[in-house]
Amino acid sequence: MLLVPAALALVLLLAPLVALVAATPWGDLGSRVLEPAVLDALRLSLTTAAVSTVLCLLVGVPLAWVLARADLRGRSLVRALVTVPLVLPPVVGGVALLLLLGRRAPVGRQLEAWFGVGVPFTTLAVVLAQTFVALPFLVLAVEGAIGGTDERREAAAATLGASRWYVVRRVTLPAAAPGIAAGAALCFARALGEFGATLTFAGSFPGTTRTMPLAVHLALDTDPDAAVAMSLLLLVLSVAVLLVMRGRWMGGLTGARDAAPAGGRSP
Amino acid sequence: MRARCAGRAVAVAVASGLLAALAACAGPGAGAGPGTGAPVPTTTDAGPTGTVVVLAAASLTDVLATVVEDLERAHPGLEVRTSLGASSTLAAQVVAGAPADVLVTASAATMSTVTDALGCTPAVVARNTLQIAVPAGNPADVTGLADLADPDLTVALCDPSAPCGAVAAQVLMSAGVTAAPDTLEQDARATLTKVRLGEVDAALVYRTDVLAAGPDVEGLDVPAEHSVATDYLALALPDAPHPDAARAVVAHLRSPAGAAALRAAGFGTP
Repeated sequence: MLLVPAALALVLLLAPLVALVAATPWGDLGSRVLEPAVLDALRLSLTTAAVSTVLCLLVGVPLAWVLARADLRGRSLVRALVTVPLVLPPVVGGVALLLLLGRRAPVGRQLEAWFGVGVPFTTLAVVLAQTFVALPFLVLAVEGAIGGTDERREAAAATLGASRWYVVRRVTLPAAAPGIAAGAALCFARALGEFGATLTFAGSFPGTTRTMPLAVHLALDTDPDAAVAMSLLLLVLSVAVLLVMRGRWMGGLTGARDAAPAGGRSP
Repeated sequence: MRARCAGRAVAVAVASGLLAALAACAGPGAGAGPGTGAPVPTTTDAGPTGTVVVLAAASLTDVLATVVEDLERAHPGLEVRTSLGASSTLAAQVVAGAPADVLVTASAATMSTVTDALGCTPAVVARNTLQIAVPAGNPADVTGLADLADPDLTVALCDPSAPCGAVAAQVLMSAGVTAAPDTLEQDARATLTKVRLGEVDAALVYRTDVLAAGPDVEGLDVPAEHSVATDYLALALPDAPHPDAARAVVAHLRSPAGAAALRAAGFGTP
């Protein structure tokens, strides 16, 4: 009974991708993908997504640790707030960023007064937009991973005289490493695919703010074959991220039940 | 100006007649409009009926609302449904066989992708020109095209691959200005939005968009010697499900009433 809807779900997920591959202009795929404009967009996408992922790790892992371990009142409220950008349409995220950092916004005006340049239309705006939408993925994945590690080992390390920071660094984080890697990969993939918030907040200029998804959207109007070729490139990149995540790393996404036995590298 | 449908025997035979004046492409079975049993199209009181689908360039959004109201009042049995979008998207839909009756594009080049495939000649219904759009109060004191080259100003243009971007490139080249844009947007409305939000100091967009934006945006005219007009072309599609109604829509756009509505929205009319 369940097989029919299950098969339907699979078809819904895969049929569009099959159509994309089928429509790919294989003959001149190489020359289309090697166009300077495409390479510019690809370089920008990869660097901004990488920087966003690092930013997400720097602030997201501590937040995840707080959510998983700290004795915090209103923890579920904080967790719900972290989830908001996940369910928010990205365009709304872009509008919200503009209302905070745009030239007419108080914070944005102050920044422009200090540094002489506004945030919108810069590569920094792209990174901020990507970080905004990708951070929840990392926080939730890492929180699950940390929550799934055995707290008794941390207690044991503490009784042996380890400081709290030492315990986090040498016990908790290594045990949660697979989950953190999975979260980072998801975060990178989401940043790579970011479109709505970037278009709204950062604009679209070749080499500065026009990432791959924006280039695909633009090409769709004028050169659909180029759009298909670029889409295939993005698909391949996303599948590559999935392959990197496969195996035990996937444990980080399913509540990290098996993360603790996998990460047995305590000091 | 004269519009006719080449490459279709039926239409060529009557090309100099009524159909031509209405910029129509008669497809097979023309005249067998819904609600009329007559084999010959009629413009008498019986009038076109049914639901006619009009695909139109997004820059016509506001003026089409007026046009549709007028049309439906003039033809009580007629219901006009509009679908607005980028001209190129709409043209692609038509070529792919979307069940539409009328196509109105903001670019002759885009229309030609349809007419080349179908062998028809569309009619010019309106003209648009670019204006320099600045946020209300003109905070950066923009005075002319030369300011678009100022790297200290934040400037938005349409991407050169979009119709408004192609026109902007012509205007800038004519004025000898090498613009320093900070963003190249997908279409004219997206470009205007950046002005509306005050995120850019100046942009080149259609005069009609500036007018539609209301008090948030001010428009500075481009000097006449550098101005480039964009033609808006309308075509009653040869395979229109409702050919009578399709012709009536195009005829209305070219009528004094249609022209008045277009001019009120800032368009020029032929």
